[in-house]
Amino acid sequence: MTQPSENLVIDAEVESNDGGYRQAPDEGARRSRSRGRLIFRRFLRNRLAVVALILFIAMFAWSFIGPHFNATFKGDAHCTPAVTPGLPGYDHTCMWDYKQNDFSSFSDGPSSKHYFGTTQSGQDVYAQLLRGMQKSMVIGLLAAVMTTAIASVVGSAAAYFGGFVDRILMWFVDMLLVVPGFLIIAILSPLFQGSTWLLLVVLIAIFAWMVTARAIRSQTLSLREREYVSAARYMGVRPARIIARHVLPNIASYLIVDVTLNVGGAIITEVSLSYFGFGIQSPDVSLGTLLQAGQDKATTAWWLFAFCGGALTLIVLCVNFVGDGLRDAFDPGSATSRAR
Amino acid sequence: MGKFLLRRFVNYLILVILAASMTYILAGEALNPRAQFQAKTPPPPKASVDASLKTINANPDTPILVRYKRWVGGLLHGDFGKEINGGSVGADMKRRILVSTRLLLIATVLGSGLGILIGAYSAIKQYKFSDRVITLTSFVLLSLPLIPLAIGLKLLAVKVNGWVGHRVLEYTGEYAPDSHGWGRFTSRLQHLILPTLTLVLGQVAFYSRYQRATMLDVMGNDFLRTAQAKGLRRRKALMKHGLRTAVLPLVVLIVYNVSLLFTGAIFTETIFAWHGMGEWSVNSIQQSDVNVVAAIGIFTSCLILIAGMLSDIVYVSLDPRVRV
Repeated sequence: MTQPSENLVIDAEVESNDGGYRQAPDEGARRSRSRGRLIFRRFLRNRLAVVALILFIAMFAWSFIGPHFNATFKGDAHCTPAVTPGLPGYDHTCMWDYKQNDFSSFSDGPSSKHYFGTTQSGQDVYAQLLRGMQKSMVIGLLAAVMTTAIASVVGSAAAYFGGFVDRILMWFVDMLLVVPGFLIIAILSPLFQGSTWLLLVVLIAIFAWMVTARAIRSQTLSLREREYVSAARYMGVRPARIIARHVLPNIASYLIVDVTLNVGGAIITEVSLSYFGFGIQSPDVSLGTLLQAGQDKATTAWWLFAFCGGALTLIVLCVNFVGDGLRDAFDPGSATSRAR
Repeated sequence: MGKFLLRRFVNYLILVILAASMTYILAGEALNPRAQFQAKTPPPPKASVDASLKTINANPDTPILVRYKRWVGGLLHGDFGKEINGGSVGADMKRRILVSTRLLLIATVLGSGLGILIGAYSAIKQYKFSDRVITLTSFVLLSLPLIPLAIGLKLLAVKVNGWVGHRVLEYTGEYAPDSHGWGRFTSRLQHLILPTLTLVLGQVAFYSRYQRATMLDVMGNDFLRTAQAKGLRRRKALMKHGLRTAVLPLVVLIVYNVSLLFTGAIFTETIFAWHGMGEWSVNSIQQSDVNVVAAIGIFTSCLILIAGMLSDIVYVSLDPRVRV
């Protein structure tokens, strides 16, 4: 660890002695560019990934901000007010939300009254779409982070401790790979129907971490033999601390890419479960329930399928492009970057 | 070699037994078949509900371990138990496996074949315009979620049928029930196009990317230069020596992925109303049909066992280092 900083000091001396002459200052500047900056610059060069990242962030933000800019109507006391009561401008106008029915407009196309049209029962598609995007994206992001977290704990522990622990953990991984995850979550769905959607996040993560755990295990196996890990061990550092401080930071690039790529998978799992009625339950909506509700009427009422189908496709595409761009930025020699 | 495979097999078998038992116990505890009977109009008396639950060995009041023991006893005699409506699970499963296989076999053959060809072509044309187009397209196809894709194709079919004037593309079921002979055959074809397309698009993209990578690795090798140096044309050298070597790693992958396809077929089968295993798994859970769910649990974990064994065998026969 002391090696680079010493060099920098020497460089600085050279620089001061020669009055910033020769190659030294330039050399120092190049060295000070951190790895993070390098990766960031490499990522920026991949225009498709940058556009995808901006689009994803925009969609995420829109799903939270957008509902506050929906069309308004004169309603009763029970609706969502357009302006919070008490603030200036409050005048009893209401805003369509995803639960509200408009009994004067059934299966109507997009208009100024309902930006993205209404469903058969008069619900506002714009409000439902944004609510669905919110749910699906939040669940996807949380489940992806949790997946990689479980995988890194199990994978690194199995490799670091080796022997008996390794065998038990990997056997567990093998078993979960054989168990049909989608089926099990679907079976368990009646149990969490009344409770929170966070349980769904946990279940999606529980059946998705195994492949990543194997990859992390094989990377940790080689890291374990490094001198700095042995040094830490001989100094009496506890295993949990060694894994957290010396092993995981060294595979951070892999973990970041893995989280990104898992987001797409988690979103699709959630959407599929909700599509069959095993995930998010009515009256709440997700992109999956919207697809299920809209598919049969889509031939006559295109707005019921086009918006949610398009949103889902766009989200998953964006996430995957970002993940691909990140992988290339972290590891320019990887197979995918060679493929470009 | 035999010892290695035997050890793998025993390991897989234990995993399958555990996975199947877990599926049965979870399904038996979480699903509520009683509600299905009580939802009938008029609601049947409790005694008759109990009697029907007892005949299908799914009464939630019986301890789960007792039900499990009875279920295993039946399994050992090749009996998968009864469906919630009284039918035999085994007979239904046989029929549905055939339906799924008809759909998946064609899709796999088409998907892997096309994928290998396109991937090899793309590798030969590395960094050319066509390669870039193929790479980008396959990436987009790989990221396409199956549900909107299938529904979108269905909507497109409605449009196409409208333009043509009569139904060319069919999107419900396997064939028209009133067709016979030659008509049955064309009807089958019409019904096959859309679900096959749904499954094939993703597979072509997946295999072509993989094949491109292995082909590029092979293309840098000396033996290809040697082949050209001794007078073979580039095309022939690539086809005969290059492609053959580059396909081998893919074979293992294809074998393994066939099993996973059955789960992917859930959406395709449900959306296009094919009565295969995928559709069954969703329906059975929705109807709280414990024995069917358990049978599907056995089926999917057996598929993973078979796929794992097959890819082990292929791997062992290709790579002599594993044999010891």
